[in-house]
Amino acid sequence: MSFDRRLALIVLAPGAVLGLWLLLGAGLLFSTLGPAERAAVADTVAPLMDSHGMLVVLWWFLAALGAGVLALRLHATYGEAPARLADATRVLAGDAAAPPLPPQAGAGMRALGEAINALAGQRRALEEDMARLVAEASRDVALQRDQLAALMAELEQSVVVLNLEGRILLYNARARALFRPLSQAPGGVAGAELIGLGRSIHAVIDRALIDHAREGIARRIARGDARASARFVTTTPLGHLIQVSLAPVRAAADDKGDVTGFVLLLDDITDEYEARSRQDRRWLDLSEASRASFASMQAALDMLDYPDLEPADRERFQAVVRDEVGAMSQRLTTLAADASHDMKTRWPLQDMLGADLAAAAAQRIATETGQDVDTVAVDADIWLSVDSFALIQALAFLAARLAEVLGAPHLALRLAPAGGRAHLDLVFRGTAPGLDLAGWQTCPMQSGDTPSPLTVRDVVERHGGELWLEHARDGSGALFRFLLPVAAGTVAPLPAPGESRPAYYDFDLFAASAQSRESDDRPLGEIAYTVFDTETTGLDPAGGDEILQIGATRIVNGRLLGSECFDQLVDPQRSIPEAGIAVHGIRPEMVRGKPTLLQVLPAFHAFAADTVLVGHNVAFDMRFLTLKETASGVRFDQPVLDTLLLAAIVHPGEESHGLEAMAARLGVAVSGRHTALGDALATAEIFLKLLPLLRARGILTLGQARAAAQTSYYARLRY
Amino acid sequence: MTPESGPAPNIGAVACTKVLIADDEPNIVVSLEFMMKREGFDVLVARDGRQALDAIRRAHPRLVLLDATMPGLSGFDVCEAVRADADVRSTLIVMLTAKGRETDMARGVGAGADAYVTKPFSTRDLVQQVKDMLAKDTAARDLAANSAAAIELPKDLPA
Repeated sequence: MSFDRRLALIVLAPGAVLGLWLLLGAGLLFSTLGPAERAAVADTVAPLMDSHGMLVVLWWFLAALGAGVLALRLHATYGEAPARLADATRVLAGDAAAPPLPPQAGAGMRALGEAINALAGQRRALEEDMARLVAEASRDVALQRDQLAALMAELEQSVVVLNLEGRILLYNARARALFRPLSQAPGGVAGAELIGLGRSIHAVIDRALIDHAREGIARRIARGDARASARFVTTTPLGHLIQVSLAPVRAAADDKGDVTGFVLLLDDITDEYEARSRQDRRWLDLSEASRASFASMQAALDMLDYPDLEPADRERFQAVVRDEVGAMSQRLTTLAADASHDMKTRWPLQDMLGADLAAAAAQRIATETGQDVDTVAVDADIWLSVDSFALIQALAFLAARLAEVLGAPHLALRLAPAGGRAHLDLVFRGTAPGLDLAGWQTCPMQSGDTPSPLTVRDVVERHGGELWLEHARDGSGALFRFLLPVAAGTVAPLPAPGESRPAYYDFDLFAASAQSRESDDRPLGEIAYTVFDTETTGLDPAGGDEILQIGATRIVNGRLLGSECFDQLVDPQRSIPEAGIAVHGIRPEMVRGKPTLLQVLPAFHAFAADTVLVGHNVAFDMRFLTLKETASGVRFDQPVLDTLLLAAIVHPGEESHGLEAMAARLGVAVSGRHTALGDALATAEIFLKLLPLLRARGILTLGQARAAAQTSYYARLRY
Repeated sequence: MTPESGPAPNIGAVACTKVLIADDEPNIVVSLEFMMKREGFDVLVARDGRQALDAIRRAHPRLVLLDATMPGLSGFDVCEAVRADADVRSTLIVMLTAKGRETDMARGVGAGADAYVTKPFSTRDLVQQVKDMLAKDTAARDLAANSAAAIELPKDLPA
């Protein structure tokens, strides 16, 4: 509307101005005349106007029309087109993906349009470059982080990285395994309540020790020591000796930046220390006992020097000498046996299932000699402590020598326990005078094309073992018997990573200071959460229903830590109704012998320490927990968030906020529905999807989320 | 007792001097007892620390050959108890020990032993050392009786 009026003004204004100009000119001329002249002009003009007035108006109208059209053209070219160009440029400025400007009318405008397009093109190219560089850089960083995490996972040593608050931002599986024996939890948790991302290291290592080490490092850094680090040994409550090396993480690569955290290298030196102490003790005992024995012998011999001894006295002193000599040799025998037991651990041997070793040796022998090797008589349960490469090389070497001497002997490998050790036999049929075990043992092994500086004897000694040749009584064959150390116990395998890469690091925690803020002011994305669920015998905790299973997982810095789980069946110490079994599938025999809730709750409490609890319809689960507060002595007094109430905030129009409906709505795949851990994991994913939706509604902090949940709770109550 | 040969018995100096041998090893006690008796000492024997302490308090021996490692009360414990007991404080103590470490020796001297002899040792040297200590002690007592001067403890003697 207003546009039209403006356009009309643009068209009509030149005509009006022309008319005014004409009248003004005529008026001016008229005013210069005297009265007579005026009358004459009036007399001349009046009849002229009468006859040709329309012609004058038409003349004016034509001029006005021409001027109007010209004005319209000028406006279109120099008024509208720049405004359109400005609009289009503004669009282009706001959105780099917008199409370029179309060619403009008029040479000037065209040039202007092209210049703007060129600028926009440059900007687009720059942005693309930037995006590519950023993507590459973050891919590199992500790759490096993943490589670092993978490297850490493979390390033999336990590694934990801390921020300045002592919170864990990286650990490897070995670190958790190291502290697993410390866990008070009845199983199913695997120490996740002690070592986990965002958790405090002070739960397992005394704060005072770490502070002391940090002070030492700070002093050394202040003195200009760029490589300051500290080392201490601490004892765990179970008596393990842990050697800790603490090194600072500097912000800048040149070892000059601020300290932003610490790397802890942890070693369990209990066994090593005990072995050494045992050895020292043995030597000390031996030296003391020997001194005592020698003293008795010396004294008795001194007495025997007296020439005038009674025969009875002489006999007494001789008996003393005999007695002490016997005791000495007995002690030396015991010592030698103990020492050889310890010696087998000197070379770094690895634990290996005997069957695996036999299979690998059989294959190697088959490749080198072309002989099939029978491994039927291999005890499948024996774990050996071996240098497998050297041992297999020795077996292959002996088999090759046998093949040279005997042609094609039938070969077999046997493995059987023998006292505290194991017999590994290379059995062969037939015998010949050319069997030169002594010679074979001491010449360097040559297997295939690979020469080895080792001899068979070296390999045997490396194992603190023995090797000999045994002939069958009936002359049918013989065997080389290796006496080998067995592994002290089968090593518990480290937990295999789940489907997703286990989240063992979170470098964002380097900058974390959120913990110190008032809890209600903390942004939702920075809080550590424990998302949990329970399975119960029924729906009435006050009426005697009990928890059957607790499952929980953690969210730290907006990331679901699927590898830090709590999963524990609980003996309810009551019957389980059939109706419930149909839902959760937990049968009485599954919970028999499991810990009771009073044993499990302290462990769960530790797992959830310093976090906000999250659950779906969590009021139900919390009721079971609070009812046990007095009996268990643990209180869950941290803030609690309910995904059910949060869902009602972001989807107020939806009918159902059930777990399944929400999972479907938010695109969360649920596996293991109606197991506590399965539901907890689904709830955690739902919670993570709810966070941005809450943010869109202006709910940013824990306090805001709790307040909003309260209102939605009351809103629900009213309905 | 038939002191007819061997090292010349010094009956004048040691006659009836009461000496306690405390060691749980019968094989060394048998020799030490035989020899000390032969040298003219009045010999008592204790088989462990408790017996040794009782014997010291009851019989007041001038000198004790005290084994450091005995079951129950160790030689160190006995030594400390003796030095703490005003009645028997002046008893001379020769600590016999199979412990050869410097720390053990320091503990023995710290506990108040007058001499510290590491096993094994020559019995003749031991007897000589015992006699020297007794002689010195006697001289010191005489001096103390005259001038109330402090008793000069004998220096550590080589094993």
